[in-house]
Formats: sequence, C-alpha cells, structure tokens
Amino acid sequence: MSRIFVHGSGAVSPAGWGVDQLCDAWRKNVPLPSQDLARPGWEKPVRVRNVPAPTQRPAFLAHPRLRRSTAIAQYTVGAALEAIGDDAAKIQAGELRLGVIVGVLSGAVNYTRRFFEEVMRDPATASPLIFPETVFNSSASHLGAFLGAKAANYTLVGDDGTVLQGLALAAEWLEDGRVDACVVLGAEENDWIISDALHLFHRRVIHTAGAGAIYLKPESSGVELAAVTDSFSLTQGQDRRAALAKVMAQLPSDGDPVPADRLREICGQAFTASAAWQCVIAGDLVRRKEAAAANVTVIGANQQAIGARFVKSG
Amino acid sequence: MLFPPKKSGQPRRVVVTGAGIITALGNGWRANADGFRAGRTAFRPVTLFDVSRQRARIAAEIDLPADLPASRLAPNQAKRLARASKMLLHAAHEAWTQSGWTAEDRLPVVLGTTSGEMTLGETYLRHALASPSDFRLQPSRVEHYQVQRQGLDLCNAFGFSGAVLHVSNACASGANAIGHAFEMVRHGRADRVLTGGYDGLSQLTFAGFDSLQALSPNPCRPFDARRDGLSLGEGAGILTLETLDAAKQRGATILGEIVGYGAATDVHHLTQPHPEGDAALASMNAACAMAKVQPSQVDYINAHGTATPQNDATEAAAINRWAGDDAPEISVSSTKASIGHLLGAAGAVEAVVCLMTLREQFLPPETSVGDVDPVARFQLVRRPVDKKIEVALSNSFGFGGANASLVFRRHL
Repeated sequence: MSRIFVHGSGAVSPAGWGVDQLCDAWRKNVPLPSQDLARPGWEKPVRVRNVPAPTQRPAFLAHPRLRRSTAIAQYTVGAALEAIGDDAAKIQAGELRLGVIVGVLSGAVNYTRRFFEEVMRDPATASPLIFPETVFNSSASHLGAFLGAKAANYTLVGDDGTVLQGLALAAEWLEDGRVDACVVLGAEENDWIISDALHLFHRRVIHTAGAGAIYLKPESSGVELAAVTDSFSLTQGQDRRAALAKVMAQLPSDGDPVPADRLREICGQAFTASAAWQCVIAGDLVRRKEAAAANVTVIGANQQAIGARFVKSG
Repeated sequence: MLFPPKKSGQPRRVVVTGAGIITALGNGWRANADGFRAGRTAFRPVTLFDVSRQRARIAAEIDLPADLPASRLAPNQAKRLARASKMLLHAAHEAWTQSGWTAEDRLPVVLGTTSGEMTLGETYLRHALASPSDFRLQPSRVEHYQVQRQGLDLCNAFGFSGAVLHVSNACASGANAIGHAFEMVRHGRADRVLTGGYDGLSQLTFAGFDSLQALSPNPCRPFDARRDGLSLGEGAGILTLETLDAAKQRGATILGEIVGYGAATDVHHLTQPHPEGDAALASMNAACAMAKVQPSQVDYINAHGTATPQNDATEAAAINRWAGDDAPEISVSSTKASIGHLLGAAGAVEAVVCLMTLREQFLPPETSVGDVDPVARFQLVRRPVDKKIEVALSNSFGFGGANASLVFRRHL
C-alpha cells in the first residue's frame, strides 16, 4: 500500500481567507463575531457567521465560469487554490492529473432557494442562469474547469463526515493510479433557510460558511495521512455514542485531538466545511511540529461517525 | 479502516447478483424488460405539480404501488418516506430479494442522486415562507430531505449497517455510483456493495430544465434529426455487486459481469458538452481499456441520448470517433425515448437495461424516432430486435462535465 501525504491545505472561513487566519482563530480560541441575517417573516434576524470579504479580489473571479458563481463555488476554488499552490500551473499545463472531491451537505442552497422562489412566483420566468448553479456538483465543476482538470471529479453529498470519506476515496484514486494528486474539500454557504433548519434542531448553534481543502499526493512531505477509520452509520441499533466509540477504537490514542465542539464555538457550524477545517488544523499542528500526531473525529449531523489521523513524516 | 485499506492484490471479477428497477414502464424487471423490448413509451401529462405555465407539460411519471415492500422499517418510519425514497425502496427490495443476501453489519451502500427528496425541500420552503412561526412537521421535512437519509433508510429497511456514500455528479451520478461500487469490490475494499441511483420528479428540476429550454413539449426522440429536447422521468435502479467467486460459491444467479468503468471530466462548459465529445470519448476509452474490449466487440450501447440537439450530436461524434470503422456495425439506442431522463437515476436504471439485454438477448428500440440524424453513423435501434449480445456499454453524461461509462459482459 502506498503512503499518502498532505502537500497543502486551504481554508476560507469566518476567520478569513487562508489557513493562517483559521489556525490563528483556533489558537486564540475566542468565538468570532457573528452577524444578523434577515429571516422573512421573523422580526428578529437569525445570527450567522459570514465569511469576510477577501482583502484582495481573487483573480480567479475573472474566469468566465466564476463570474456569476455561487458563494460556495468561490469558497471552494479559493480554498483549493491555496492548498494546491504552485502545482496549479502543472495541472493547467496538463502535466499533473488532479482528482477533485468536494463534500457538501447543503450545496448551493442560496441559489436553490432563490430559484425555487422564482418558480413559485412564475415558473415561466425562472432564471436559466441560476438553475445550473444549483446542481450539487457545480462547485467541483467550476474548480475543474478553472484548473483544466479532466480526471476524476466527484461531489459527495452527506453530513459532516463525508469529507473524511472523501480523503479515503482520494487515497484509493492515488493508489489505483487514476490521478497523480487529489484535492479534497468540504464546502457550505449561508442562507436563511439553512439557519432556519438548523434552528429546529440546535437553537444555540450559529451557522457559518466557507470551505476547507486538503491536497494529497503520494510523494513524501512533512505530514502524512496515516488513517481514515471506517464510517459507522447512524442506523437503527447504532446510536451516536456507539458509533463514536467504534471510531475511537480504530484511532491510536496518542494523537492531539482537534475537537469539533471547540471549532464550532469559534467558527460556528458549517457541516462538511467544519470537518475539513478540523483536518486543516490537524495538519497544521503536525506541520508546525506542535504535535507529532493529530486525530480528527467527526460525529456528523445525522449520518455517520468517522475519524482520521495525521502524523509527522520525513 | 477505509485507509489504509485491506491489501487488494489482483483485481477481482465483479458480478451482479440482484437488480431492481422501477420506472414509468412499471415496477420490477419483468414489466420493464417487456416495455423496453417493445419500445413502449410512458409519457403523460404531469400530475405531480402545476405545469400550466411551463413550455413542456409531459413527463414519465411513475404510478407508485399503494403498498411498500416488506421491510424492517417501523410503520412510523415507513410513513415518513417520500416519493423518491419509496422508489428507492421498491428497487432495492427487488435487488435484495433476488440476490439472496441476508443482513450483515458492514455492507456498504453507494448511491447516486441529483436531488434526493427535493419535493420535501420545496414543501419546507413553501411552509417556511407561508407560516414562518409554525414549525410543525418542519424537522421531519429537513431530516428526510437530506440525501443521506435515503441511504440510511435503506440500511434500516434491510437490517444492515454499512457506510453510506452518495455521489452527486448530476446526470452521471448513478453510473459513477455503480462504477465506484464496482471498484470497491474489484480491488478488495469490500466483498459486497449495494449500489445504484434514484431520483423523483420535482417542480424545481422540471422548471429548471424548462427554463433552459431543454425540455421538449413532446415525447423525446433521441438521435432523431428533428429532436427538440429531453423529457423528464423518474425512477430507481439498484444492483447488488459481489465477486464472481463468492457468487459461484453460494450458487447465486449471475445477471451479468461488470468489466469496465471509465470517468472523465468535460471542462468545456457547465451545461454544454465539448462539441467533439472529448470527455465522452475518454470515458468510453477508459471503460473499454479496463474491460479489455475493442469497439468491434461491443454489441450494444445504451447511449446517454437525452434528445437535446447538443448532447446527441456530441455523443454521436464521440461514438463515431471511438468506434471508427466499426461504428456502422454497433447497435445504439437511448431508452430515454421510453422512460425519459431520470437524472441521477439514469445511469443506474440504464445499467439494469444493459443487464436485461444481456440476459434476454434483445435490443431496446426507440420507436418514436423518425429520420435519424445523419451524424449518427451507428445503427440506431428503432424496431424491436432479438440479437446475440455479449457486451453492452452504457454512457452517462451530466451537467458540470461529469462523464461515465460502464461495460457489462454476459455471464453464462
């Protein structure tokens, strides 16, 4: 079995555009400011944590595919490009086959909600510009188009843990020689309808948005993806506690944990993006030699418990 | 552990031991095989939602059976299943029963869909806007709208608990899901996988395709010279995959072998394929290379064939390039002429159709096609034909440039 290494990471989060911003917020361990978001029919707005505008307009927004793209697509491309770094030129030149895996729970929910509101008003005038952007794989497609990446490109839909399933899938593609490198992302965006839904289950949790990216290759680097546990589904006869216990049993106990609840307090809840941020932080702890190993455990919204482990290498 | 996985060793042969299907032609293999063999079409005016303001007003709607198949779901769980979940359960029940599998702890599920239970999302939004302070039933709508819920419901219905993975690569979702499941078994990452795809009709997707002027007001006619758009349908196709050795050992009925899978990404445009079909060609080439078959050995292609002017021209160009001088000898049809475009279910249902052609040795015709577009250099099947079929190939292409091809071989 080949070994798989982390060659870069990327983050777009309420802390800002960049891994450093996310990790600084993690270290400070102080909740980021939240903002109001109007919810039609309610006097009181919902609270969300928005992604701040980037300090410089990203150059990728000039690409024809990204001109009217969704926020989630922009977060996806932003995080992926940070993770891929200089390899982007090799991919664009056709010298490196890049696999793309994007995990989402809600997808392009803002455009989807807007499009269906147009349909409710009058389907005859609903916008053909919006509809294609609502498809779950639009973000992954835009990323592939921007980079000219013609190899495998999957969008996985599920709860938070889907991103870790994506890491395992990337390892399979690399092992099978289908791709030379693979970027795995989790991405979500804000909309009042998501906050509304989250409010039904967790009144105190604040929804947030963004993306996290992990860039994997078989060549050695300072951080190795050492393990992805099985995914333990939350089915009848396997509750959250039992599923989580099985994950913990598969992970060595010596790794520094990157607790999801601490990250949720700081950034808010962004499901797949949150799980990706956990992985980014774990990789950063190892890369900076603050930990020899870091463990990520995810007990998702309603689907699965799963874990991953990152270790120092080289 | 998902990673590092078990040692895979040499690739293993992967066979299908159960297949379930539900479309507007009917519920189950027999009704569908008879319908496809005859080239029956199943379009009718849409009744599920208001289409009076739409350009197109027909679709291939399913008459869902009044009762759900027997399962381990409690009555209150079964009651909460919405339309797409019911289709999924019907198809899965047929496949599961046919396979002879029994419940086990670690059976993975890999499914493709584009919209899951979108109708529940629509209801949620309508209610949230109309009655913003009334939360009754909203939590259930949120829960069951989510794609992963449908996979978990399958686990609960048959009493197993494995990892659930949903691929959502637009209209290639079902084919990608089966392809991934195939690779899991082939490389020893799983011994068995329940896989397939499903999608129900929803107002959002119907209005979406209508807004793009991609829908025809008439039943679609793939590869017809005067085709004018696609027709939507709904349904589910489910397969049980396992190794040939395991299937033989337990004396299972083998419906066919999956021998090749290829996927490629078309970066040309979000909704339009590259005019020369580069990615379609790449996915067919990759699938056939894995299958170790030449175009001359492929007896039937179940084309993506949506009946939009662009898709069919591109796919025909790709098939022409792929087959070269062999193109005129290859039989091709799009069963979307019978059941419409099933979006995320299309690749899975069309995989079941390929198994039908291998098992029952017939070509499914497109009886509604008049003059064939001259770009199609292959034999477009327009009349019911019995034919010896050893190898069948299925193409699935989707928004975002998702392209996937599967190759099936007859098993005697």
